[in-house]
Amino acid sequence: MSTTLMLIQALNGLQLGVLLFLIAAGLTLVFGVMGFINLAHGVQYMVGAYLMVAFYGVTGHFLAAILLALVAALAIGLALEFLVFRHFYDRSHLDQVIATFGVILTLNQAVKVIWGPAPLIIPTPDLLSHSFVLVEGLLYPVFRIAIIGLGLGVAVLLWALVRYTRFGMLVRAGATNPEMVSALGVDIRRLFLVVFGFGAMLAGFAGAMAAPIFSVEPGMGDDLLIIAFVVIVIGGIGSIQGAFVAALLVGLVDTLGRSMATDVLKLLVEPAAANQIGPALASMMIYLLMAAILFWRPRGLFPAAGTA
Amino acid sequence: MRKILTGLAMATLMAAPLAAGAETLKIGMIVTLSGPPAALGKQVEDGFKLALDELGGSLGGVDTELLVEDDELKPDVAITKAKGFVERDEVDIVVGTIFSNMLQAIFKPVTQSETFLISPNAGPSTFAGRNCSPYFFATSYQNNQNFEVLGKYAEEKGFEKVFLMAPNYQAGKDSVAGFKSYFTGEIADEVYTPLGHKDFSAEIARMATSGADALFTFMPGGMGVRFVKQFRQAGLADKMTFLSAFTVDETTLPAQKDDALGFFGAGNWAPDLDTPGNAEFVAAFESTYGYVPGTYAMQAYDTAKLIDAAVRTVGGDLSDKEALRAALKAADFPTIRGEFAFNNNHYPVQDFYLLQVAKRADGKFQTEIAEKVFEDYADSYAAECAMN
Repeated sequence: MSTTLMLIQALNGLQLGVLLFLIAAGLTLVFGVMGFINLAHGVQYMVGAYLMVAFYGVTGHFLAAILLALVAALAIGLALEFLVFRHFYDRSHLDQVIATFGVILTLNQAVKVIWGPAPLIIPTPDLLSHSFVLVEGLLYPVFRIAIIGLGLGVAVLLWALVRYTRFGMLVRAGATNPEMVSALGVDIRRLFLVVFGFGAMLAGFAGAMAAPIFSVEPGMGDDLLIIAFVVIVIGGIGSIQGAFVAALLVGLVDTLGRSMATDVLKLLVEPAAANQIGPALASMMIYLLMAAILFWRPRGLFPAAGTA
Repeated sequence: MRKILTGLAMATLMAAPLAAGAETLKIGMIVTLSGPPAALGKQVEDGFKLALDELGGSLGGVDTELLVEDDELKPDVAITKAKGFVERDEVDIVVGTIFSNMLQAIFKPVTQSETFLISPNAGPSTFAGRNCSPYFFATSYQNNQNFEVLGKYAEEKGFEKVFLMAPNYQAGKDSVAGFKSYFTGEIADEVYTPLGHKDFSAEIARMATSGADALFTFMPGGMGVRFVKQFRQAGLADKMTFLSAFTVDETTLPAQKDDALGFFGAGNWAPDLDTPGNAEFVAAFESTYGYVPGTYAMQAYDTAKLIDAAVRTVGGDLSDKEALRAALKAADFPTIRGEFAFNNNHYPVQDFYLLQVAKRADGKFQTEIAEKVFEDYADSYAAECAMN
């Protein structure tokens, strides 16, 4: 494999990683700060994408649609928190899993009733619909670069928010010792609500940004959720920094694995066998990575301080 | 003259069912109506209903009751629904399925109860060869045939280097094998993606640097929508010929639109096929259901017409399975795909075409016939089937 191809694949991996980060950031906060397992987080990604389709249809303007989608994703996140999730904070993890799984089924079915089962797509905005020649014969859409840029921007913003603001301090404190924070007079329920709404909005943002390059369809967030869990486990639950590093790591390993596993195997075994084993191995790669990291660092790469 | 004859035949047949004692014809349909592939099941349901409505709610002169169930693309659900049809509803004929693995699930329960099973889409090799059944018919194709069309075309056209990509599951591997059975040129690379793959950027980068002049792919449903879009965005559409099966069709084109324009597919039919009754079918379908029919709808429509003709031939007597089988096998119905006959294994012998995506004057998209690739083409498993 040539160096150029390797670089392109690294760029692709970076883009996947950034998208994963947007989803995993909210998940790790909700899980870390609230100790709440939210399986419905992937569905919020899907809702973001559908909202984008809906608002794009109404306004015909990309930026307006994305802003409206963000507000609506936030509203839906808060509504879910109010109606469902807050009643499960004190319950066992099993109850939380069942309740949020119910939310997945309900919302998947709801978008199917509203928008139909067929995949939908929206065009990329005019401003970002150009492509540039990456190598001879391959164009790279500017929009994908924009996703990388925006994702990195969000990462910096989140980092600053968690690091330097009072809200961030409470989030960090909450991730470490929620009882103590509560005892010090902080309204932990309100903190949860804010964290939750924020996480839902980030997932919705990821969905809205993914809508123009992927297809929008019911259940689109379900498999991403599993990868997002891999990311937060690798990164250390509750850690934004960890989620960021782990998301990029998973994105790169997955993309490079998929593009190289078969070729590498061809050096070792017959081509026919390599074609058999390669794709299977490539899809296992991120789980092998997770297993390896958990073996040496059982609490992830950046464990939130004080958690046991 | 013909009209009078048909009229006479109708008149005699109207009486016949009463004589034979068959009060209603019960048909149980099992298709996928949930999840992303629901659009395919919808096409089959609508295509069948259109024919049924045209025939005034009766097939072969017998009042027909159509029961529709969703297999949810889960084998266990499919089996439960099929058993319900056979044991509880006591249907005369089961029509299904969309997917081959669903057909594999319901095949035994249905055929062992000596109920006729007619597939309006799934055509796995499993039941085309040694395991062919006197109770099973497929009005669609044998799955490999569409892939073979593209392999043959690529071979004739003389592409030098072809890049192959398919999802990593049985049908994906079959597609590559089918293509390679006719194409003898150089294979640039053979890539298998996970099923339900989202981001094809890594695969597209490989295509761009592979030096291939054509791509063969099989990416059904949402995968096809994403891939076609990303392929177009990467600018490869101008560099490589896009050959595909079940990737650009009437179920995905409403989402792919201009991105798929000019791409090639393969099939036994297209909305613009110039055969008797086809234009009327397409027009009637669109005015009733508001979307462009695909092969799935056509095959379901033909299935209803096939049952209609067979039941008429046996005079509405559904108890004589031997006679009904012979009547079905004769396939003496007005097909809208030109010519249609059953082989010894009860799979069709028919023409296959290279299809190309086009934009119609009304702004909708459809596949159109580019050229005929196979004439009266039978599948390669028929010889292994012991029936004759």
